[in-house]
Amino acid sequence: MSFEPIQERIREAAGRGSALRIRGGGSKDFYGNAPRGELLDTRAHAGIVSYEPTELVLSARCGTSLLEIQEVLAEKSQLLPFEPPHFGPGATLGGCVAAGLSGPRRASAGAVRDFVLGAVILDGRGQRLAFGGQVMKNVAGYDVARLLAGSLGTLGVILEVSLKVLPRSPAEATLRLELPQAEALRKLNGWAGRPLPISASAWRGDELRLRLSGAESAIRAAVQAIGGETVAQEEAASYWTGVREQADAFFAGELPLWRLSVPSNAAPVELQGEQLLEWGGALRWLRSSADAGTVRAAAMRAGGHATLFRAPDKAAGAFTPLAPALARLHRGLKKAFDPAGILNPGRLYPEF
Amino acid sequence: MQRRVAGKLREFLPERSVLWQDEDTRPYECDGLTAYRRLPMVVALPETEAQVQQVLMACHAMGVPVVPRGAGTGLSGGALPPGDGVLLSLAKFMRVRRLDPAARLAIIEPGVRNAAISDVAAPFGLYYAPDPSSQIACSIGGNVAENSGGVHCLKYGLTVHNVLRVRGFTAAGEAIEFGSEALDAPGYDLLALAIGSEGLLAVVTEVTVKLLPRPETARVVMASFDKVEKAGDAVAAVIAAGIVPAGLEMMDRPATRAVEEFVHAGYDLEAAAILLCESDGSAAEVEEEVARMKEVLAAAGATRLAVSRDEAERLRFWSGRKAAFPAVGRISPDYYCMDGTIPKKRLAEVLNFIAAMEKKYRLRCPNVFHAGDGNLHPLILFDANDPEQLERTEAFAAEVLEKCIEVGGTITGEHGVGVEKIDQMCVQFSPAELEMFRAIKRAFDPQELLNPGKAVPTLARCVEFGRRHVRAGGLRHPGLPRF
Ligand SMILES: Cc1cc2nc3c(=O)[nH]c(=O)nc-3n(C[C@H](O)[C@H](O)[C@H](O)COP(=O)(O)OP(=O)(O)OC[C@H]3O[C@@H](n4cnc5c(N)ncnc54)[C@H](O)[C@@H]3O)c2cc1C
Repeated sequence: MSFEPIQERIREAAGRGSALRIRGGGSKDFYGNAPRGELLDTRAHAGIVSYEPTELVLSARCGTSLLEIQEVLAEKSQLLPFEPPHFGPGATLGGCVAAGLSGPRRASAGAVRDFVLGAVILDGRGQRLAFGGQVMKNVAGYDVARLLAGSLGTLGVILEVSLKVLPRSPAEATLRLELPQAEALRKLNGWAGRPLPISASAWRGDELRLRLSGAESAIRAAVQAIGGETVAQEEAASYWTGVREQADAFFAGELPLWRLSVPSNAAPVELQGEQLLEWGGALRWLRSSADAGTVRAAAMRAGGHATLFRAPDKAAGAFTPLAPALARLHRGLKKAFDPAGILNPGRLYPEF
Repeated sequence: MQRRVAGKLREFLPERSVLWQDEDTRPYECDGLTAYRRLPMVVALPETEAQVQQVLMACHAMGVPVVPRGAGTGLSGGALPPGDGVLLSLAKFMRVRRLDPAARLAIIEPGVRNAAISDVAAPFGLYYAPDPSSQIACSIGGNVAENSGGVHCLKYGLTVHNVLRVRGFTAAGEAIEFGSEALDAPGYDLLALAIGSEGLLAVVTEVTVKLLPRPETARVVMASFDKVEKAGDAVAAVIAAGIVPAGLEMMDRPATRAVEEFVHAGYDLEAAAILLCESDGSAAEVEEEVARMKEVLAAAGATRLAVSRDEAERLRFWSGRKAAFPAVGRISPDYYCMDGTIPKKRLAEVLNFIAAMEKKYRLRCPNVFHAGDGNLHPLILFDANDPEQLERTEAFAAEVLEKCIEVGGTITGEHGVGVEKIDQMCVQFSPAELEMFRAIKRAFDPQELLNPGKAVPTLARCVEFGRRHVRAGGLRHPGLPRF
């Protein structure tokens, strides 16, 4: 389907000043502050526009299913390096980029924004605008395409995205080690300072799992250097999927789930509740009913910030409030892209 | 006016930090793009962040434009001074504030040279990955402003992938900080927006960079090809084989001939083009990968293959590539370096186009090329003392840039738009897109005082450019979608 119907909806809503809630597969409805406004479904605007394995670039429309993209890439032994979580079978590319969430490989490979090369959007006036492109290096104009990653649809309806993709590693192995948290953090940071092919890590309950991805010889050497017990391939694959998709037992139940993003070598963050660590220590998931102020203060002391990721009640705000100077820049940008304030209002911050 | 501004700055800056006499300001009249020169009204050389803030606040209050400057190696005129304003040099910000080997990061001042970061990190087995050829001279502040790349960015990324946080001030002197020592920060990714913004959104006074563990070893394969097309196909074949080389560079024969005389890198001067294909990692890994690279390159028709045997030889193979610009500077009075990026599959077509332009404009143009990521650096040789040659050079360059857009690429991969490519921005972007860039600028700098007139053209300028262009024969494919 062409983008004109979406454009029409935006123009019409902008005229009336009524909010639009942009939605792909709805797999991330839970993320951010509560969506509001009339539903704008992006799924009809779908399809891979171009894929050139030798250019390492894939371009697709927003409604394209993430699963489809991953299958097409897998046929050429390539992948999305940021290993995005789907959080449901219907996850679309547009939602993936708008949410800006990256998976287990993030610490070693980079985040969604690191692989966004270009984007076409409809802004809040319904103007079709293209930024970036389909080449690896491009510094013409401000890097709006990367800015869209994580903007939660508040700057525009993402129509099309071009991503850098990478070849799959020839070999993979997963190790399991018994380590208390402080010791695990120390080791993870030490390993990260050495040229080891660690592509994911997860610690919970004194157990650390490490995924290695690279050349056969590099994996063999790393297994030697790190030690621990090798996990069988199938068990390992389902473990990492469980972490990425939050299907692991840690994520079950009703307690609020917090996402603490801190420097990887920050000391263990002392808070009531259980934690699961990823990204070499830079991402700390917390299941806790502690109040938001306490969690945010602890994350800030550790040098980072805390997001109320999944919770029945997000009255405390999903995201850490911005410093006044940054809040002003955010409002300025929002006004530039969406002067009528109709695109996903409040989803990122209540004031816009 | 000059006296008023200099006097105002002298209220809080020491005498040595305010220059206004011609003989003192002359060294600042241009950056690496020497065809554009202008004397700044006043040069400010603050030494502390508080002074930077005071300069910005004072200029803001007086409505005086400010242009930040790092080392002045930029190739698009981004640091071209304002004739009616203050050139704000960050050259005195030379300290490494914190090197944290455990956290693998360094907090540095903007005037620190790119290569100096890796030097201080080296004792810990760490380095800063982006390595522009100008790395011994250019500053990290300039790298952030231009989103600079290097020969290793296919595998290790550009500046935007290797900077965690920047701190600085808006045009009004308000303190800002984008990014974090964590892997992300709440809200919009203002760090990504600031990187590559050519000094138009903020003045950067502190940069936190990511340090990477230095690979155990690296080797480079040098492959010769008797046709440029074959070298282009070989690049695609390497990628298709699932290899991401640490570096993948191409030079054509005119370029290898120019540098060989200068650095004696051992290049095959009979080859129509050579590729430098680097592998890094553990010794075993590199051995495995080099074997695969050789196989693929041979199958792609390489006429000669050489693998560096030791570190000295590896550096020698690279020396020619890294010295390509100065080497070309020796065979011609002047050269003009272009910086388009194209999809790799269109390489042969673009190189043939450049060859045709050499005939059309009667100027020579050797090519060096970040082949792995499609970033082309054709170097047009000319004599600036002959105004007519300069004119031909600029017309030549403009045609090449527009060709880059036509094949689905961009007018600048890493050198920035500056003043140089501002007209081509009108070709690459629609009026609505340019207006959005201006709106972003106003969100940061409502009075448009920071580096005005650079990077983003006004609509009036585009209209004027369009008129000139149509008279000169019309735009090719004006209706072509540019994405
Ligand atoms: C021989 C040669 C080889 C080169 N090779 C490469 C290469 O391989 N890759 C590549 O990417 N580039 C290359 N360049 C271009 C140039 O070196 C880079 O663009 C570099 O990043 C510029 O840094 P600088 O400190 O010299 O910045 P300057 O030239 O001083 O300034 C560049 C821009 O940054 C802004 N700026 C500088 N400091 C700050 C600050 N602290 N805050 C805000 N804005 C600031 C200026 O206003 C200006 O717009 C090369 C240049 C030369 C001369």
